[in-house]
Amino acid sequence: MTSELLLQQLANGISLGSLYALLAIGYTMVYGILRLINFAHGDIFMMAAYFMVFSIVTFRLPWYIAIVVVIIVTIALGVLLEKTAYKPLRNAPRMSIMISAIGASFLLENLATYLFTGVPRGFPDIRILTTTVELGSLSLTVATLITPFVTLILLYVVLFITNKTKIGMAMRAVSKDFETAKLMGININQVISTTFVIGSALAAVGAILWGSRYPSVMPLMGVMPGLKCFIAAVLGGIGNATGAVLGGFILGMAEIMLITFLPSLTGYRDAMAFVILIVVLLVKPTGLLGEKVTDKV
Amino acid sequence: MSILKINNVTMQFGGVTAVNNLNIEVQEGKIEALIGPNGAGKTTAFNVITGVYSPTKGNVYYKDENITGITPDKITKKGIARTFQNIRLFKNLTVFDNILIANHLRINSNFVSSTLRMPWSNKEERLMREKSEMLLDKLDLLRLKNEIAHSLPYGEQRKLEIARALATDADLLLLDEPAAGMNPSETMELSSFIHNIRDEFKLTIFMIEHHMDLVMEISEKIYVLDFGQLIAEGTANEVKNDQRVIEAYLGVEEDA
Amino acid sequence: MMDKLNDKKSKLFLNLLLIAVFAAILILLDTKTIGDAYVRRILNLSAIYAIVSVSMNLVNGFTGLFSLGQAGFMAIGAYTVAIFTVPLEARAKIFYIIPQNPVLAQIELPFVIALILGGLLAALVAVLIGMPVLRLKSDYLAIATLGFSEIIRIVFTNIKSITNGALGIKNIPIMPTMWVFFGVAIISIGLMWLLINSSYGRAFKAIREDEVAAEAMGINLFKHKVMSFSIGAFFAGIGGGLLATLFATVDPNQFYFPVTYNFLLIIVLGGMGSISGTIIASFVVTIGLEILRFFDEPLALFGVNIPLFRPGLRMVVFSILLMVLVLFFRNGLLGQKELSWKLVFDWLSGKKPIKKTDEGGAA
Repeated sequence: MTSELLLQQLANGISLGSLYALLAIGYTMVYGILRLINFAHGDIFMMAAYFMVFSIVTFRLPWYIAIVVVIIVTIALGVLLEKTAYKPLRNAPRMSIMISAIGASFLLENLATYLFTGVPRGFPDIRILTTTVELGSLSLTVATLITPFVTLILLYVVLFITNKTKIGMAMRAVSKDFETAKLMGININQVISTTFVIGSALAAVGAILWGSRYPSVMPLMGVMPGLKCFIAAVLGGIGNATGAVLGGFILGMAEIMLITFLPSLTGYRDAMAFVILIVVLLVKPTGLLGEKVTDKV
Repeated sequence: MSILKINNVTMQFGGVTAVNNLNIEVQEGKIEALIGPNGAGKTTAFNVITGVYSPTKGNVYYKDENITGITPDKITKKGIARTFQNIRLFKNLTVFDNILIANHLRINSNFVSSTLRMPWSNKEERLMREKSEMLLDKLDLLRLKNEIAHSLPYGEQRKLEIARALATDADLLLLDEPAAGMNPSETMELSSFIHNIRDEFKLTIFMIEHHMDLVMEISEKIYVLDFGQLIAEGTANEVKNDQRVIEAYLGVEEDA
Repeated sequence: MMDKLNDKKSKLFLNLLLIAVFAAILILLDTKTIGDAYVRRILNLSAIYAIVSVSMNLVNGFTGLFSLGQAGFMAIGAYTVAIFTVPLEARAKIFYIIPQNPVLAQIELPFVIALILGGLLAALVAVLIGMPVLRLKSDYLAIATLGFSEIIRIVFTNIKSITNGALGIKNIPIMPTMWVFFGVAIISIGLMWLLINSSYGRAFKAIREDEVAAEAMGINLFKHKVMSFSIGAFFAGIGGGLLATLFATVDPNQFYFPVTYNFLLIIVLGGMGSISGTIIASFVVTIGLEILRFFDEPLALFGVNIPLFRPGLRMVVFSILLMVLVLFFRNGLLGQKELSWKLVFDWLSGKKPIKKTDEGGAA
């Protein structure tokens, strides 16, 4: 193994990890507030990729406008999902809500298969993202290069919102104690909607960067990244945005390293994430940055 | 003879000390009570005894056996059963099922012979049913046998929860606010009910309670907890006149 | 009518009549007097789905554990049957890229032995998985079991000398009679019914209702969860084994995790915590999905092509159905009740069949 190749793979790992991080933030925030695994989050991400295909290929929008449009439409989809699939079940047993989440995820996948067929669509080539830059001996696309920075900036924005704004304070209150927050007059619905807005927006950004890296859009493209990013969120400590980013980085890096150093195990790439999940839950169920919660009896 | 001994137990959550260096000895065959203002650490103490929490420091002894840090199901098997402050029945099951479930811990058949209805499993099941019916009958709940638990009136639910705890063949019964939400006449009834089951089943009863009338009437010994500290212990009269207890409940006059 | 109902004799008569009718239909189908191969196949598939769905209901509906691992356990049962029942002489042709493991290449087992072995292996894997996973809170359990189901599939795709990888195993001997499928279904579901109505079944329900209270009643949560989970896996493995002989072929894609969603739909439709509801829903859903196949065909009405009908619509309808059920009819057909003549007659005479009960608290 040459040191160039190692560096190259390191860069790939960081970049893939930051993509995971973008999705993981959405999982961690929704879980923090609703204690719900938003199974459909990966499918929102998939739909965002399709939106990008249509805005650029079908509607011939310039890329910078397309990005804005896609983010807005994805947010609308995320909020719609929450209003139809989760809100009516707010007082239902936990299992019903999870089934609804699975149903929503399955519906989006099947809808995409029905509307767009299972044949992969090419992701539009956004030149500014796919241009290759030479950095010493490394050659990276702009997308690979900027992804970690985009992720860190967005993390900063999320942290700013949750820590410094009024709605952010409400979000933290709700995630600490749903019932009490409600009694204190916090507008729960607004808090939950905001959470879905942020999560969906990040998923849209993730989808655009993902597409520039793996330019093939399919109805089931969100399934594996979705599961992995939830795992990243658990790894980082569920409910904690910084943890989600950390977990995403670790997962992406681990995956690339597995492929680099143990190429014979490449087939087990997707299995590794689940092994990591089990190990984390056994060793440190609260994740790397999570807080310990004691159930009240 | 003491049946339950709480020895220097401290329970901390993060930086918060819920129970601080608690020492209690419950005497066998008595009805004793743990009282104190809200947040004094009473339920925490119960949770430590029943194994829900493992204490930060100190030990719990039951019949001279150290039971510290053992899981709740094992503690119940040893003979300590409890009820909960906010009633935790198996809501969607029948009264009878609630009682039968509490018998499961003493079962000898494994799941294969139970499933295949082996003669010895059938016999065990039959005995379990007879015993449960007898228990329901003694507590005047047999008429409700096939009712769904959550459809019972509040008072009956409390009673069923106590019956369920008894069905585990417990020697020590921990009652967490048995009179919560009851009106005075129901409370009076409960008081004689507790007396009766103690005599009938030869139990020791240790309870947390807010209703002072009830506590003062039936407890042979009272422990008072405030901010996790034991501030007084003794008979109803002794405790009632203790200066620190009065302060804890009424607040201290702050002149200075 | 009501007097008749309370009459034990007439109930027995009705039961015997019902059994006789079903047996007669089955005999007619099996002797190829009525129906065709397609109908028989769908009914056999329904019987298999009934086994797997009841096994999933045992874990999810009766024990309150949200497990999504059914597809993986089915894969274990299916592959066990495939690996051990294909005739020895046919094996070289199947494993033509990478030869079969030399030990396995010499073992051929009778179907029933392989079927039970498949169930046992699925149960064993469930115990190993359950050890770490069942200590988790219920929401993590869903994703961990889903993950394990995928890991099993990925492993099966990769251990080519045992499973023939993505190519799958063909030429699995087919069972000549429907009684194999229906017989195994009746025995399996019967056993699960007996279990659920035993002291252990009551303990499972106690865990579903309230874990803290169940533990305070002396029930060892972990032990009972592992028990329910692995018994559920055993019967899912049995179902998988039957599936292998029904299709005569197995490959990893048959066990992609959305397969589990079929069973999820079935138990939600039938009622979480109702065995009879699950059986009815298994047949309704399996047959329904076949009927819905026309959604995937182009449809022309009066010479006009209805553009809506094309491949994929069936699954859209399927997922919408799941959503509608969980959003508006959370109790499904029977909730936590079992089908009885009283229920049927009440329903026929227009009384409200199911008294609304509060939701089972599956926290």
